[in-house]
Amino acid sequence: MSEDIFQGYKGRALEVLQKFNARVWAKVKVDTTRGVFEGTILPRAENTDDKHLVMKFFTGYNIGIDIDTITDIIELGYKKAVYKIPEKEFPYSKGKPNVKLLGTGGTIASRLDYRTGAVIPAFSPGELYGAVPELADICNLTTEKIFAVFSENMGPLQYRKLAVAIGEEIEKGIQGIIIGHGTDTMHYTSAALTFMVQNSPIPIVLVGSQRSSDRPSSDAALNLMHAATAAGHGDIAEVMVCMFGPTSDEYGFLHRGTRVRKMHSSYRSTFRTIGDTPIATVSRKGVVPIKDDYNRRRNDRNVKITPVFEEKVAMIYYYTNMQPDMIDSLVENGYKGIIIIGTGLGHVNKPLYPAIERARDRGVAVYMTVQTLWGYVHMFVYDTGRDLMAKGVIPLENMLPEVAYIKLGWALGQTSDLEEVKKIMLTPINSDITPREPYNGYLIYQGGVPEVEAFIKKFHK
Amino acid sequence: MEQGIKSLKHFCAPFGSAKFLTIINTAAFCPAEIPNFAASLETIPSLTMKQQFDPKRNYEVTRKAVGYIERKQATQADYDRIGFMSGLEVHQQLNTKQKLFCRCPAGVFQKPDEFDAELIRHMRPTLSELGEYDGTALMEFKTRKEIVYRISNKTACTYDVDDTPPFPLNREALKIAIGVSVLSKLKIVGEVHITRKQYLDGSIPTGFQRTAIIGVEGEIQLKNKKVRLIQLSLEEDSCREVSDIGHVRIYRTDRLGMPLIETVTYPDFTNPAEVKEGADYIRFLNRSSGKVRQGIGSTRADVNVSCRGGTRVEIKGVAHTSWMPELTHNEAFRQWALIQIKELVLKSVKDPASWKLSSKEVSLKEIRIELPSIHKANKSTRICIVNLPMFRGVLSHFTQPGRMFADEISERLKVIACIEEPNMIHSEMLEDMARDKVWVKVRSLLGGREEDAQLIFWGPEADIKTAVETIEERCRMALTGVPNETRKSFEDGTTIFERVLPGADRMYPDTDSAPIPLEDEVIENLRKNLPPDICDRFAQLTDWGVPQDTFTFLLKYNLVPLIEKCCSDLDISPKFCATLLGHSLKHLHGKFATLLLFRNDMIFELLKYIMKRGLDLAIAGKMLRVLYEHPKMDFDSILVTLGYKEIPKEEILAKLPFLVKKYKETRLSDDNAAGHRWIMGNLHQLALGNISLRELNEHINL
Repeated sequence: MSEDIFQGYKGRALEVLQKFNARVWAKVKVDTTRGVFEGTILPRAENTDDKHLVMKFFTGYNIGIDIDTITDIIELGYKKAVYKIPEKEFPYSKGKPNVKLLGTGGTIASRLDYRTGAVIPAFSPGELYGAVPELADICNLTTEKIFAVFSENMGPLQYRKLAVAIGEEIEKGIQGIIIGHGTDTMHYTSAALTFMVQNSPIPIVLVGSQRSSDRPSSDAALNLMHAATAAGHGDIAEVMVCMFGPTSDEYGFLHRGTRVRKMHSSYRSTFRTIGDTPIATVSRKGVVPIKDDYNRRRNDRNVKITPVFEEKVAMIYYYTNMQPDMIDSLVENGYKGIIIIGTGLGHVNKPLYPAIERARDRGVAVYMTVQTLWGYVHMFVYDTGRDLMAKGVIPLENMLPEVAYIKLGWALGQTSDLEEVKKIMLTPINSDITPREPYNGYLIYQGGVPEVEAFIKKFHK
Repeated sequence: MEQGIKSLKHFCAPFGSAKFLTIINTAAFCPAEIPNFAASLETIPSLTMKQQFDPKRNYEVTRKAVGYIERKQATQADYDRIGFMSGLEVHQQLNTKQKLFCRCPAGVFQKPDEFDAELIRHMRPTLSELGEYDGTALMEFKTRKEIVYRISNKTACTYDVDDTPPFPLNREALKIAIGVSVLSKLKIVGEVHITRKQYLDGSIPTGFQRTAIIGVEGEIQLKNKKVRLIQLSLEEDSCREVSDIGHVRIYRTDRLGMPLIETVTYPDFTNPAEVKEGADYIRFLNRSSGKVRQGIGSTRADVNVSCRGGTRVEIKGVAHTSWMPELTHNEAFRQWALIQIKELVLKSVKDPASWKLSSKEVSLKEIRIELPSIHKANKSTRICIVNLPMFRGVLSHFTQPGRMFADEISERLKVIACIEEPNMIHSEMLEDMARDKVWVKVRSLLGGREEDAQLIFWGPEADIKTAVETIEERCRMALTGVPNETRKSFEDGTTIFERVLPGADRMYPDTDSAPIPLEDEVIENLRKNLPPDICDRFAQLTDWGVPQDTFTFLLKYNLVPLIEKCCSDLDISPKFCATLLGHSLKHLHGKFATLLLFRNDMIFELLKYIMKRGLDLAIAGKMLRVLYEHPKMDFDSILVTLGYKEIPKEEILAKLPFLVKKYKETRLSDDNAAGHRWIMGNLHQLALGNISLRELNEHINL
């Protein structure tokens, strides 16, 4: 294979490099109309223009040079960056729990190639040990990369593969499972695994990071330690999401896989349990339960794996003046289930009624959840709700929309009998529907109120 | 920045290894160019005799042996002898409305205890390219510091605390940075790449600073030489430290994220005075743009120093250029002293690699000693004794005025092991804290010998291990010379250890921001509106006949454009304006705390008013004083305050014959000058603003 010596350069920039025969990684002297620049030519990142040459100045900084100003390039030397992650053998200690880390492609731990800026994931136990040596104090870790996809590309195929892999690990007697996952769709996966892997004897902990581990302030290492603690030592044998509690480096929350949601695009403490409290907090010292109604760790291997999913399920977010063709088009395209995310207590406008009827007539399962995220669907309160129910829309109590979508796919994967589906949907699994909403299940305090400000000043958000 | 100075190391290395070794081999450790080096070294007691060791004498003798002299007595020959070399990194905050990567206001500050929320982070080292942890990284990790950020909603947002990715770079700041780069004769890059530079001390919540090069390879013209510039970067400022006690370091986040530029020079300065001249030049140049911040903390410089055979040491955050000469002088000699220590120890330590200290935890009873009382109270405090083989004479070895090698250990115990000072006593203290028999006991407990040194340190149980490692590490470094480090400065010109100097591999591209192309057109437009060079300003002021002692003030506050404006618009002589500003305004600056409401452009309005009313300019200084204190007062009222009455010149002159007559009647001597003074004194108040005192004086005809 011939090597690409003009890595990433295209168009005019490529022409100039070719003209002066200057390669990537060459140390060069570039004459320009703005003066002479010396440095090492770096590869050009994707999605950038063809008007500039990137160089590393001797002080370590990168600079770009306008192609049109270049009058000459002289190669002074050549040194290609060879990049390798250091590996240290992950030590085994007798008496520590055996934990398996299943990789999905999200980078919990990674290292940075300082020359190119590329993030290289650290994944093997050795690499992880090199990056987070404290893990060895917590458990005996082994890893397996199940697949490599970005968080946004996770889907039914991956959910099923993961569920099967988890079943196999439990069968082999592992004492805890960690799943490294990108954060964007982590709550979809946590819901899917909750449904597909039931009656697990051991903790199954999804973990990720909001700040990649190439930065010193990353939450990755601490999240990983928390997850290892929850998986190896915790008593909660459920599918959970383990991420920062406050934005401070203090403790993590263990969220139920069915009640958790990513609530901020960038905060570290982005994952919140909706409509309830988290199950527990976790720090390096251990897991401290908040709730008591969780499934305890057991010594058996009696897990039930149901790795099925009907892909023709959709979720539509209702907006004012939504036209009926939005629903019609789903039905016409062969969708078998629709989750509507309605306003308020679970409403949509009248013009959609005929479309909903058409869906019902075609045997499409239609369920209602709420945009408010907190609170229950209450379709008896207003006429609209009653009308909708009459047209076959089934309210899903306080199930979160994303969870409803996953559950419907999973239910339709098992049966096409709509009555059967309804039974599955309305039978609570791991608090996807809770019978009651505790008073402290909805806490969104607003700043500016003296009492709140006093609280925030005293405790870390 | 770091690598910039790497070149400095290159500079030093050849001298260091080659020349120095010859010195040692020719025995007696006697460089020909230091005449009293040899003689004094022979008399260093620790090396030769088994007599009672006298630390005071050792300190004085080693100080002499180093050849330390006071800066005022030092000549270029002295600096050449020790191979003085220095470079600068000058930071200047830009006067923008908002911060560099978010929309928080820039230049709004909070008091140390004023905050809305706190949050905690721990900085983790990230592996470097070579699969190694960088030195600083490891040190910072060792310290296990809990970093607390105090956030005020007014001055910081979620970006500042690293919970939101950066917003697009502040264009106002970019323009200012390009302007200053052009002024600094730097070559402007074609595309600005935002780079991350790791900092693990917590001063930036992300753990790295976002910084970008705007121009490379420029120069400034000092009086006698050109100094080359490596680069100018645009970067975000860091947090301000509130406190750093034990394992908790507290920062406030108000200054964090404010745009600043950093100008980095090559290590071209060859004596301390030049360092200050260069720093002033860069400061004046930055300020001549009229778009940078002034006042406390707005300009800070890191000063890099080395001596021949030494290494690059960075003195951090020097806020006053006037401190630089003393600081660089002392640092160069400190390194020179450390090299001497190395030679001393290597004489007796034949196998440096196997040098090892011995230590032991003891109880107070065991060694029968009173420690500084504050540390007795705490029950978790542990006491540890340490024997340093072959180190007699090293602990009390001179390093800086008033400081000895033992201080280098104590400072590291504070910073790395987080044990607050006082944290140790040792066998060579000038003020003996322990009796000799204590040291005899310590020595016997550890099986130490006459030629060893001992110390006793104390601290929390959890920090003892790190502390012992820290002591061993520093002592081992003594066998190799000068450690790479950053140091904190004091007004008296001495420095203390601050951090291990970060390695080179800590720069990497910021994956959160796209590169920004800089077109020729933008640069050319900025070039059109640039002020003259600072060296031309010096010439201009000299041409005008302005007193030299005003130059610094005028350039520091960028007042030359104001003088030019008064000259061109009001036809006032530049010399008068310059003196008014350089003397009267400077005096007011010193007399009153900075008054926020007063703006320098008010001076133009004042002079305009004086000219319009046809007042004599001599009144300007008096009016300026009132205006400075009461910026909102209108000019008419200021005149009333001063007791000014408008009286035609003729009327005042008409009073002269009477006064002359009066004086002549009552005069006690023949001294006409006394007469002039008496008459002027009588008319002074009336004359103010109406007639120049000189003119009035000329009309007195005694």
